[in-house]
Amino acid sequence: MLSRTADHVYWLGRYVERAETLARALDVQYRLSLLPQGPQSVAAGWLDTLDELGLLPTYRERHGEVDSTRPAQFIAFDRLSSMSIHGCLRAARENARAVRGAITSEMWETMNATWLEARSFDPQYQRHRDLGEFIDWVKHRSQLFRGVWRGTMLRDEGFAFMRVGMSLERADGTARILGARLATTSGGTAVSGYYQWGVLLRAMSVFENYRKLFRESVVPERVAELLVLRDDDPRSVRRAVGDLYTGLRVVANQRSLETERRAGELEAMLRFGRTEALAVDRLRAFLDECVVRLRDIDRRITSDFLVAIESVA
Amino acid sequence: MFYNEMYAHDGAVRPHYAALDQWLKRQSREWLEQKRGEADALFHRLGITFAVYGEEQGTERLIPFDIVPRVLPASEWRVLEAGLTQRVRALNAFVGDVYGAQQILRAGKVPAEAILTNAQYRPEMQDVAVPGGTYAHIAGVDIVRAGAGEFYVLEDNLRVPSGVSYMLEDRRMMMRLFPELFSLHSVAPVEHYPEVLINNMRSVAPAGIDDPTVVLLTPGRYNSAYFEHAFLAQQMGIELVEGQDLFVRDDYVYMRTTRGPQRVDVIYRRIDDDFLDPLAFRPESALGVPGLLTAYRAGHVTVANAIGTGIADDKSVYPYVPDMIRFYLSEEPILNNVPTWVLREPGHCEHVLANLAQLVVKEVHGAGGYGMLIGPAASQAQLEDFRGRIRANPERYIAQPTLALSACPTFVQSGLAPRHIDLRPFVLSGRDVHIVPGGLTRVALPEGSLVVNSSQGGGTKDTWVLEGE
Repeated sequence: MLSRTADHVYWLGRYVERAETLARALDVQYRLSLLPQGPQSVAAGWLDTLDELGLLPTYRERHGEVDSTRPAQFIAFDRLSSMSIHGCLRAARENARAVRGAITSEMWETMNATWLEARSFDPQYQRHRDLGEFIDWVKHRSQLFRGVWRGTMLRDEGFAFMRVGMSLERADGTARILGARLATTSGGTAVSGYYQWGVLLRAMSVFENYRKLFRESVVPERVAELLVLRDDDPRSVRRAVGDLYTGLRVVANQRSLETERRAGELEAMLRFGRTEALAVDRLRAFLDECVVRLRDIDRRITSDFLVAIESVA
Repeated sequence: MFYNEMYAHDGAVRPHYAALDQWLKRQSREWLEQKRGEADALFHRLGITFAVYGEEQGTERLIPFDIVPRVLPASEWRVLEAGLTQRVRALNAFVGDVYGAQQILRAGKVPAEAILTNAQYRPEMQDVAVPGGTYAHIAGVDIVRAGAGEFYVLEDNLRVPSGVSYMLEDRRMMMRLFPELFSLHSVAPVEHYPEVLINNMRSVAPAGIDDPTVVLLTPGRYNSAYFEHAFLAQQMGIELVEGQDLFVRDDYVYMRTTRGPQRVDVIYRRIDDDFLDPLAFRPESALGVPGLLTAYRAGHVTVANAIGTGIADDKSVYPYVPDMIRFYLSEEPILNNVPTWVLREPGHCEHVLANLAQLVVKEVHGAGGYGMLIGPAASQAQLEDFRGRIRANPERYIAQPTLALSACPTFVQSGLAPRHIDLRPFVLSGRDVHIVPGGLTRVALPEGSLVVNSSQGGGTKDTWVLEGE
């Protein structure tokens, strides 16, 4: 597969998944903001969310102080940023367009239709209902795209690069969303812990999974276990890193061995990790370690595969 | 007066349009209007659009699609098919001769200076052998019907003819919108075009390569025909490459893949000669592949269409095509050439200047309907302007009588009304010549307009060749 094509497919997968991650992160904080508390507390929650998603510097540049209303609009609709949901969908569509000959027509049509519809959402939304609708819509479109991808694409290198991009982004996204909640709860907030973590589970669509697995009430250690260490939860970091590792083994070339090893090492760290490592006082460090390792793997993927290799074998 | 494709002079429906005419009369205008809206929405969703960049919103334009098909009976198609095959065979022989022995020039059938001083003549190609002697692997020959219904060839597009994706997508759209029409007619299918094209590309690979790697070279996603490039690459199952994805080492062409370099044997290029190789042609071109010409001349890669093929579709060479057919094939031309005055010849120039208001004047190197004067539709000022330009550089122009292009009923604001059309069949040459029945019908949408080019507001129609009689 052309290196340029692989690059676009990888980023197509990443941007689609990132749009969904942003929608879920937005969902958490948006639901929390509706619970009884002062605007100060709401703003503090948004600050943690922006910070954890890496959007704080751009937000400050654009809007200055973090208040209780502008962050949601910024994350969802900002037209200038490539890091808003709107921007991610635009970037996903541009990447799809660049390789529309290499992905299936149905994948392209799904992505194109998503972008055409995304442009019709009014960024100046007034009512809460609009934001909720938008969040649901983004999740559905991402799920639809994933379904079309899995249902139509040949299991070839392109499929594997999409898988690598999506799973890397998902692992990173879950770690960051969890990190944002951790920051808010440890910082002291007007909303009780049960609601903090319960809202998180619902926004990640895993509340029911939690109930099936654990008898106890919603507690942070168990939430972290579900979202980080378990292999049976589709959004867990471990599950996503497992997918990443599998995808990397499919695309392996003569110089990607070390990248594969590092992905395998991270997978092992999660597979054999103890739940004690997720105790509230140690979770932060654990999540940071995951994010740092994922960033390293991303860089290595770029240099191993996506930057053209010129030596004639 | 013009020839109406659907109705004879006395208003009677031509037999091959009878079923369509009855069907159209049964449909309400509102319903047809709604179907047209559906087609627009589908084309947008499928991304069959021209991108206009530079705006945040990314404006994208559709080529208007008309829901009334253009119908050709089998008997007429047989004539067209034979005429096109004959013409393209002669054109391929001509290009091979120009870059070989130049017999036609020595025989005085085509003036040598019209060829050897032509910008489209590539001396780099002299005495280079190309696989199977095929130069124009893909030709998009523009045909119009005029007068009492006879066909004329307007242009032989032999460089990078485009539009075939619209032929295929228009058919797909018609079958989706009006499936019942296809049970009322036996329409010759066209969907196998990509299959024929890929087999053709494989058949012209350099000698000794059993399983050639074929790629489609595009200028990139900001090119107006990008949709077609991506579409064809996908339908043929080949890589869509940009210049930056290819490189030349030791006179072989490679593409940069995730597993290292991979040899490329055939390049279906959608980039003009000028931009193909910055080392050989325009040095500032960032679209091409440095060293490609050398690899090509060494016979290590096939480029389709061949470099230098443009010499045969130059407007100043066009008048000699009937003589080429006689010279190389010893046959009489089946399709008419439009009578053409070549203004570099003094007698012709005077005649044209005296009759400018009745003629169409074209720039020899113009394309896409630009740089053209349509005498009967031009203002006094435009006529004067062209008179000056012709006097200054007569060699840059040719002139032809204004043809009354035939018209086909078209769904416009006021309902069904005749609009002028042309036809671009796609002729594939390799070991054999193959033409998918029909082609792309382009339609000039403004009332009375004779300009069908999409860059000038033209639209497209599905083209039906009926099977049987």
